[in-house]
Amino acid sequence: MSTLYDKIWERHLVHTEEGKPALIYIDLHLIHEVTSPQAFEGLRLAGRQMRRPERTFATIDHAIPTLHRDRPFKDPIAAQQVATLRENCREFGVKLYDLDRIEQGIIHVFGPEQGLTHPGMTIVCGDSHTSTHGAFGALAFGIGTSEVEHVFATQCLQQTRSKNFRINVEGELPFGVSAKDVILGIINEIGMGGATGHVVEYTGSTIRSLSMEGRMTVCNMSIEGGARAGLIAPDETTFEYLNGRPFAPKGEAWERAVEDWKQLSTDEDAYFDRTHEIDANRLEPFVTWGTSPDMSVKITGSVPEISEAKDRSEADSFERMYEYMGLEPATPIEKIEIDRAFIGSCTNARIEDLRAAAKVAKGYHVRSGVNALVVPGSMQIKNQAEEEGIAQILLDAGFEWRDAGCSMCLAMNDDVLAPGERCASTSNRNFEGRQGRGGRTHLVSPTMAAAAAIAGHFVDVRDWKFKN
Amino acid sequence: MEKFVTFTGKAAPLFRSNIDTDQIIPKQFLTRIERTGYGAFLFNDWRFEQDGTKKTAFVLNDERFSDASILIAGPNFGCGSSREHAAWSLLDHGFKVVIAPSFGDIFYNNGLKNGLLPIRLDEALVSALAERAADGAGIYLTVDLSERSVADESGKIADFEIDDFRRYCLLNGLDDIGLTLQNEDKITAFEAKAGH
Repeated sequence: MSTLYDKIWERHLVHTEEGKPALIYIDLHLIHEVTSPQAFEGLRLAGRQMRRPERTFATIDHAIPTLHRDRPFKDPIAAQQVATLRENCREFGVKLYDLDRIEQGIIHVFGPEQGLTHPGMTIVCGDSHTSTHGAFGALAFGIGTSEVEHVFATQCLQQTRSKNFRINVEGELPFGVSAKDVILGIINEIGMGGATGHVVEYTGSTIRSLSMEGRMTVCNMSIEGGARAGLIAPDETTFEYLNGRPFAPKGEAWERAVEDWKQLSTDEDAYFDRTHEIDANRLEPFVTWGTSPDMSVKITGSVPEISEAKDRSEADSFERMYEYMGLEPATPIEKIEIDRAFIGSCTNARIEDLRAAAKVAKGYHVRSGVNALVVPGSMQIKNQAEEEGIAQILLDAGFEWRDAGCSMCLAMNDDVLAPGERCASTSNRNFEGRQGRGGRTHLVSPTMAAAAAIAGHFVDVRDWKFKN
Repeated sequence: MEKFVTFTGKAAPLFRSNIDTDQIIPKQFLTRIERTGYGAFLFNDWRFEQDGTKKTAFVLNDERFSDASILIAGPNFGCGSSREHAAWSLLDHGFKVVIAPSFGDIFYNNGLKNGLLPIRLDEALVSALAERAADGAGIYLTVDLSERSVADESGKIADFEIDDFRRYCLLNGLDDIGLTLQNEDKITAFEAKAGH
């Protein structure tokens, strides 16, 4: 009786030895400009080669501008970092999807979109949101730069086995409640470190009913609950998404692959160290009010009062958060006015997210005084959205329409909040300073962000009057 | 990696929950391609005003802790982003040990791989240590990795757990990649069997 995690783990065991971490094989290694330069340098200093360069794929996403990518970068240090990635990829023979390529995008949008992500794979990247790929039933997790170097040199990682944690979500998602609200709701319940040391498998009818885009949103934020990885067993939805993508198996190989992938599910009665149940009917659109992703409330709620803190330590955190976020306890969420909106990131910048935002925006205009930014997850998505007319709807509604990249999720480029600015953001982290020093981030779904941009404050998207 | 056997140093208290790696090393410093020189940017937004002046209320700007090398932190220290720059910046600033009730998984690994020792201790004990560290002239702690213990000036105060293999690597300053490559034949055999 094994869990899906156990099965993938077993398939990748290269070597085990009593008293040592296991050596596991890594099928796919994704890299970007920020966490790879020191790893390449380490190889060079030790006179080592990459073991399997054809299993590593690179793109550029973190620090790039979302406007005028053809011009020289304003930031010479960021420019040097990108140049370094290009040189490293050339020297070591790694395939790079550079800024002039239609495939370029946020690394965790790019991988699945190109069909690089397959069920049952082990996937790593020097980025904590690698958990996104777990949506395909791949064991995918973020690693540090030392481990990036380790994978370069050995195509393996030394790993200790994580515990199994099942989060079961049952029921039909109410109207206006999205995959983002599912994961914000989960993190709200389990807490920010709630899944530390565990790999989470998401199960249940709600998860099954989600599209691949929605499943990626859920798995993406597994790390925000502290999990090593998130997993969803592959099914017809997964196969349909992958079929025909550039790096998906073709012809007979496809048939064989699907047969194999169908074996990838948790056995009945398999043991989980922990389980947690969520009733989808209870979920509402969530808005974070504090500076950690578990500090969220339902749109119909208010900023919590100090008396609602669990303990003394949480009460201290609340005090810091009120001050940093510029919020008074008991303020109704719908009364919170915003200055900026950001629709983008590896959490919510796929075509379905942009379609949902456009549906809300159609026939409306962004509130005067609010700046709203839409940053597609890849150039391919950008093109698709333009062809579908989504881009025009958003532009007509006063949203800015940019080139693909991580952008204001972590604000390493020019897309930055000014001190004190308040933002409705579809990204994954509301940490202090994450979107710019002194910036105030509220995490929401794409429809909630679009509606807030138009209303100028948070509103319940379930009451939205759609104009068709 | 340098060997880590025993270490004695001054403790600095920063007992807040969920100190994420964005706070430890903010993103504006991640465009550098070096592994060194991040100490100046450690906790940048907490340590400095936008114009670069020191925020006097922040613990690391308190002269009593200018030579601190052991950080006493709250639960879930180092959560969030995988950036190894967080471990590099703590080391470069002079920290060798972080004691907390719990850590983010990726940070914990990154620390071990760089000779920055993360030690998990009971929350009540860590909280008490933080209070003692904040009082008066502060406290000195001694960490003995071979014994897996933490002591103050008057003797042992706690044992801690650490994976045996990780401990062995730290005690001997071993290089992970070198160790893995001792099993290169097994990697080759796996690849052949898996058809890779």
